Amino acid sequence: MNDNQIMIITGASKGIGKYLAEYYSKKGFHVIGCSRKSIDHKLDNYHHFILDVSDESEVKNMISSIRKKHGKVDILINNAGIASMNHALLTDIRTVNKIYNTNFFGTFLFCREASKIMARKKFGRIINFVTVAVPLNLEGEAIYASSKSSVLSFTKILAKEVAENGITVNAIGPTPVKTDLIRSVPEEKIKNLIQMQAIKRFGEFSDISNIVDFYISPRSGFITGQVMYLGGV
Amino acid sequence: MKEKILDIIYETLDEINEVLGERQKIEKTKGAKLYGKNGPLDSLGLVNLMASLEQNFEDYFDVSIIIASEKAMSQKNSPFRTIDSLSNYIKELIEEELNE
Repeated sequence: MNDNQIMIITGASKGIGKYLAEYYSKKGFHVIGCSRKSIDHKLDNYHHFILDVSDESEVKNMISSIRKKHGKVDILINNAGIASMNHALLTDIRTVNKIYNTNFFGTFLFCREASKIMARKKFGRIINFVTVAVPLNLEGEAIYASSKSSVLSFTKILAKEVAENGITVNAIGPTPVKTDLIRSVPEEKIKNLIQMQAIKRFGEFSDISNIVDFYISPRSGFITGQVMYLGGV
Repeated sequence: MKEKILDIIYETLDEINEVLGERQKIEKTKGAKLYGKNGPLDSLGLVNLMASLEQNFEDYFDVSIIIASEKAMSQKNSPFRTIDSLSNYIKELIEEELNE
């Protein structure tokens, strides 16, 4: 099933995105990643674009060149995301813009452009990333969590809007995973967060790929508009 | 250019008509209605048509256009009413892109 399947992963230079790029290219998917900076990894079945996910023309050009080369996009994983933990009253508007640009506008642009290609083939799997900070309403994460809440609402509504075209749209809500995203979060805060989970441990990369495997499985064509949180949140 | 634009719209309509019901099929004439009052397309049909048109125009003219933009939505007379109004609007978009 995965032979010649075209998979886009945003934010593929490090962390979860890098892991997913390695994992799926090894599984035989043709993976096309992107990030703002160049990558330090070299993979078979992999091609990388350097772009800003919130730049409409750059996103459009990337998707367009994939369509011209491969004729389709089967799977889109909107992994690119940034976080900034701070009290809402101490948050600069530029930080808010930056977070929304990457987390929401980037996700929107990739979904919109990839869906246009998927619609023509009447097949597509889209996976967006949210966070456990959404259901937990974590203090200090007002901006990050609200940007991901937007992604969640968007996921559920887009799922309805593209369902007739054979496209499913689902979301993953990871717990903290040891990546750069949580590097700046105080250890105490992370510990407290993990205590709120039913299963009290960090998330592993393989926990994420397990859900992605499920969402993109040929047997998951009837699953859309869903979010799966890790760790029992 | 207008004739080529019409040709591409008609080719795209062949693809769209394949999946439309008999009553919804769109005539390949300049005056044929598309979307809006008495138009055969529902919003999903319009979305599919626009997505295919963008890709086909991109392939032929090597330009990147977004047909369903704020510009299109804010016009007093929707460019999506008929094939003629759509082709005029697309011509405008392509010319803007080519002149940039």
